Amino acid sequence: MSVVTVQLGQCGNQVGQQLFDVISSDAQDGQRKTYSSVSWERFFRQTSQGDFEARAVLVDMEPKVINHSMNRAAKSGRWRYAEASHFSQKQGSGNNWANGYRVLGPRHRDAVEELVRREVEHCDALAGFIPMMSVAGGTGSGVGTFVTQCLRDVYPSSFVLNHLTWPYGTGEVIVQNYNSVLTLAHLYQLSDALLVHENDAVHRICSQQLNLKQISFGDINRVIAHQLAGVLQPALTPDSCGAYSGNPLGELVSALACHPEYKLLSACSIPQMASASIAFSTFSWPALLKHLRQMLIANTKMEEGIDWQVRPPPASASRTSSLTAGGFNASLANLLILRGKDVYSAETGGFEDPAIYTSWLPPAEALSLWKSPVPFDKYEKSATLVSNSQALLRPLDDMVRKAWNMFASRAYIHQYVKFGISEEDFLDSFTSLEQVISSYAQLQC
Amino acid sequence: MTQSVVVQVGQCGNQVGCRFWDLALREHAHVNKRGLYDEALSSFFRNVDLRKSDGGDCCVGGRIQHLKARAVLIDMEEGVVNGILQGPLREVFDSTQLLTDVSGSGNNWAVGHLTYGSAYREAIVNKLRKAAEHCDCLQCFFLIHSMGGGTGSGLGTRVLSLLEEEFPDVCRIVTAMYPSAEDDVITSPYNSVLAMRELTEHADCVLPVENQSLVDIVNKISVMSHGAKPGSVLRKDSTVTSGQGSLSPTEKPFDAMNNIVANLLLNITSSARFEGSLNMDLNEIAMNLVPFPRLHYLVPSLTPLYTLADVNIPTRRLDQMFSDAFSKDHQLIRADPKRSLYLACALMVRGNVQVSDLRRNIERLRPSLPFVSWNQEGWKTGLCSVPPVGHSHSLLALANNTCVKPTFMELRDRFTKLYRKKAHLHHYLDVDGMEQSIFSESLSSLSELIDEYHQLDATKARLIPDAPRLSIAR
Repeated sequence: MSVVTVQLGQCGNQVGQQLFDVISSDAQDGQRKTYSSVSWERFFRQTSQGDFEARAVLVDMEPKVINHSMNRAAKSGRWRYAEASHFSQKQGSGNNWANGYRVLGPRHRDAVEELVRREVEHCDALAGFIPMMSVAGGTGSGVGTFVTQCLRDVYPSSFVLNHLTWPYGTGEVIVQNYNSVLTLAHLYQLSDALLVHENDAVHRICSQQLNLKQISFGDINRVIAHQLAGVLQPALTPDSCGAYSGNPLGELVSALACHPEYKLLSACSIPQMASASIAFSTFSWPALLKHLRQMLIANTKMEEGIDWQVRPPPASASRTSSLTAGGFNASLANLLILRGKDVYSAETGGFEDPAIYTSWLPPAEALSLWKSPVPFDKYEKSATLVSNSQALLRPLDDMVRKAWNMFASRAYIHQYVKFGISEEDFLDSFTSLEQVISSYAQLQC
Repeated sequence: MTQSVVVQVGQCGNQVGCRFWDLALREHAHVNKRGLYDEALSSFFRNVDLRKSDGGDCCVGGRIQHLKARAVLIDMEEGVVNGILQGPLREVFDSTQLLTDVSGSGNNWAVGHLTYGSAYREAIVNKLRKAAEHCDCLQCFFLIHSMGGGTGSGLGTRVLSLLEEEFPDVCRIVTAMYPSAEDDVITSPYNSVLAMRELTEHADCVLPVENQSLVDIVNKISVMSHGAKPGSVLRKDSTVTSGQGSLSPTEKPFDAMNNIVANLLLNITSSARFEGSLNMDLNEIAMNLVPFPRLHYLVPSLTPLYTLADVNIPTRRLDQMFSDAFSKDHQLIRADPKRSLYLACALMVRGNVQVSDLRRNIERLRPSLPFVSWNQEGWKTGLCSVPPVGHSHSLLALANNTCVKPTFMELRDRFTKLYRKKAHLHHYLDVDGMEQSIFSESLSSLSELIDEYHQLDATKARLIPDAPRLSIAR
């Protein structure tokens, strides 16, 4: 089954290009033919000349980034974007969610839907859609939300998994918190699940884990692409009887997003190291899994500086509903994907410990395990963990708090009202997100 | 890619505009090695094939035939515009873009705004429409004029309200040159306050520039070049210090100062013209920096003013660039932002600078900069990969800061000193259509503006708690 990605705005188009790069390189290296062919089929289609074109639709309100991404793809020599799969205008959305959602989205609806339809027709079987966007700007967030709504309307039985990039807390765009609040509130109703990467967390991985001195957005996007590919590349699910999972999006959503109030997913992967060091390192599953488990419960995205003191609270202790009491991150559900050598002998009992989960689901249901014997992205052994947990609770709460403070003074509101988003719309979005925050805060009860 | 049209009004506006076009040509010549008319060039220039019978514009992608600036030049006396037409830039403008008269405005805002404004309304609108029609996707009008004179101030602000009427969806960014206290035009306070009201009501963003600051910066540059430390060399071909390498070989008196303002315009538009890892379009500037419609006065500051001739500039120098942008010496108006309150701040970086450098410097400088309580992390950042000519990187900071309040208060004081005595008032009231009420309305508009800034300032000392959050029934 095939996945169609929709790359929206500057971030979506930059990350998307890196994602296809990682996937195509991994598919090319893949040592098992079935793995490679499933991977190629899932994300690319082959032209009559044998070139691989990404199953992607590129959307932006100004042309520079799309041109750049298409050129970079063509230079890789392994794959490229199809000539007619992009849509751009001349002028951006001005970082204005209202402009993106109420004006530009509807204006260009037909053109974008047509591109998506053509891409879907090329698929023998459609697994679903991955819209990729940032929440801080105007196009990714505003137009992206509108496009997600269109996908929902036109393909009601397909899965929609949004990949979201959250901006640095200390500001890339001044109205980022408004744009984020509006986006998240709307997507929560539209999307099956939201897989989130935060620039702050990924930046820390680059500086402390990968020891990069000067970090560019290219580096950040490469890490995101690696983690996302680790989730999406073929893997064997327990009941797939030796065949690679047909619908990764469907499997992921049913594993993790079992309740409509809980849709925020985060990812972390291990190991993460500069590519030059990989050849000199040896990995053992016990060590990798032990670190990954602690990364989950201590809510950190990297092996450097793990806090080993954080433990699940004892069952007898009364659980308060403060935001992550004692630094412990409670999970609702986890998806653990192991790739590489000796996966079948890896001991994953640590992830079945009921203490790390909230009490509603039995741990056997809360944990899903996928495996692939094929090494991924040059790592002999690697693991990716996608979790529906409290990991994003604090960043979300910060985002809402800052947006609310700004809203209290009504700063910048006139810019949104100008394009048709009223104060009521803002209040509705705030209310929705407070609900989400409250739900996640209560996960420990 | 979008286009912008520059409208230069009055003597000052045209002189600054002239430097801008000179530097823009030089910058594009530096970057555009293959002589093709590309998207970046088309943002400010049309490519015209004079052999075509319809005088037609050529599309993007072909060879450069003949570049014409997307500009409208307006002046009520002929000296400056004639000078441009006889100088090396004459090929860049054609007669349909010019509007001149002979007698000037006599440093009288009313003459510029009302008399000439009415007489030339049709002609101005036609020229603006023509310039707009040549654009595929017009994003912004840049208006350049001084505040203290008659034409720039009066007719310039009339043009501003025409732009709002005729092109309401196009952003209007005004670069306004404010007179210093020692200005030799006695009625400059009148002209400035009368114009301020127009700017407050009709402009999307205003970049105020003070002559005195420009003089200080120019002096600082010449001190550095003459009293330089051993081992440091002033970059000869830097666009900021001289017009060297550009078309005009001789430097006229205000050229150095006007160069700085021209650089400001180049840097503001750089991310819209060239690519980068974090683009910042012109419509994003207004969106992020203007929290309340009337508070749209943005303090510009530009670094570097010079570079040392080192090739591989180590990180310490890069950080110095960020510190400089927040020092008073590099601002284009005289004010002290660190003592006042930041409402919002934009950093537009050009050159080989990565996001980690940006983040590191923001974290470093943040504690010393007072931001308003509801915008504690109010930074808008842009990274453009193409550096300006002669530098490896540069930074333009635009701050919406309450430090403009003292500048406006001083202006108001100078105004009231004259107004109380009704000095020179008859020159204005004699003009057809001018009434005393216009004076009083402009004064109260300015006072209201000062008040709005003042109220925000007052929140600085107070510790504002977080607004109480919505509570959800469970």
